Amino acid sequence: MPTLAPLKKLDRTVQPKSSATKRLVPIKQSLSELAGPVFGLNAVKKIDADLTKNAAKKGKEAIGERMILTGSVTDEEDRPVPGALIEIWQTNAAGLYAHKGDQHDAPADPNFHGTGRCVTGADGQYRFTTIRPGAYPITRLGNRWRPAHIHYSITGGSFAQRLITQCYFPGDPLQDDDFVFQAVTNKAARERLIVKYAPEQSIMGYAAGYSFDIVLRGRDATPMEK
Amino acid sequence: MPKQTASNTIGPFFHHILTPEGHGKSGITDNKLAGKKTKGERIHVEGLILDADGKPLRAAMLEIWQANAAGRYNSPVDDRDEAQLDKKFSGFGRVSSGSKGKFEFETIKPGSVPSTGNAPQAPHINLTLFAAATDIHLFTRLYFSDEEEANEIDPVLSSVNAARRDTLIARRKKTKKGIVYRFDVQVGGDDETVFFAI
Ligand SMILES: [Fe+2]
Repeated sequence: MPTLAPLKKLDRTVQPKSSATKRLVPIKQSLSELAGPVFGLNAVKKIDADLTKNAAKKGKEAIGERMILTGSVTDEEDRPVPGALIEIWQTNAAGLYAHKGDQHDAPADPNFHGTGRCVTGADGQYRFTTIRPGAYPITRLGNRWRPAHIHYSITGGSFAQRLITQCYFPGDPLQDDDFVFQAVTNKAARERLIVKYAPEQSIMGYAAGYSFDIVLRGRDATPMEK
Repeated sequence: MPKQTASNTIGPFFHHILTPEGHGKSGITDNKLAGKKTKGERIHVEGLILDADGKPLRAAMLEIWQANAAGRYNSPVDDRDEAQLDKKFSGFGRVSSGSKGKFEFETIKPGSVPSTGNAPQAPHINLTLFAAATDIHLFTRLYFSDEEEANEIDPVLSSVNAARRDTLIARRKKTKKGIVYRFDVQVGGDDETVFFAI
């Protein structure tokens, strides 16, 4: 009988509070939680990872400050997670989503859809080319603005390792009273959501490099029976 | 050792990438898990995603993860010889709820997957709920009303207070479009769905 190491728990010192009002019922992990869908490198096309071009008309590209957004997906034991599907979505440079639900009065960019996909390689690394997103208002909360951010969805490894989050940019004063960013009450955990300037990733004369590393739940040392 | 990355809400604008069907694009998966050649009993799952007041939960998405009809997951982690892989079935889907909170997906009824130590588990579908109003996703499971005996001895159902177990049972009915299981997901309120710490 093969063995399978169980996953460490969600780190409640790091994670925001659950919206469930009744107690979460603890259960023993089985194959249901430890297995997970796998995405081959051909689940996505190369162009899917270039948001400046993947929705642009022929010969055109998105308007905005180009950036390389790269990083690794690892677990808490610092082991790379290969074959993880990363999906991102963001506003255009003016802070508008290409989504009919976005009521923000800001110019649309016909050459930008604001969505991208890639799959991590054997080393757990991923890489996008995109433009820097804009801030946008949350008028139902009054005269409030959300800081610039990019939404991240990571599907990889085990079903229980699933993660959706957002990354932010250094030095943005809108982070201070942003209800989403501040939902992460642990300051160090919040700061890890801010991308780092990574000049070694910059492309000369074309795009500045930034890195955002993602850490998923790790595994306990002792394997369990399947 | 590195620390886990914190979760942040999915927000209201995920549809164009995560569930783009109906927006003129196709995603990595959708709410039709079973193809023509998938083995197993075809079923529809329908329901509502609700908030504490029983109103539609704004901008919600369910992720679906299940074994095939033989009780095998399409995942390298599941390499058991005794349950056969169905290459025509990934077992992974996504569906977002509409403005009235309604969702629907088509799949096949999964087989039984053993728990740790080979104790049998009742057939179930694993579900993850994301929504604009939740900062971190919620894990739950869907069990089947016609699997009474298996449900009776399922280790996960048994760990749930008997009064709340019903929130995890999908009700089977026959309709014109085939077998439909009805399953609502509620966050908050007296009838809150059981969510798991896994
Ligand atoms: Fe956003």
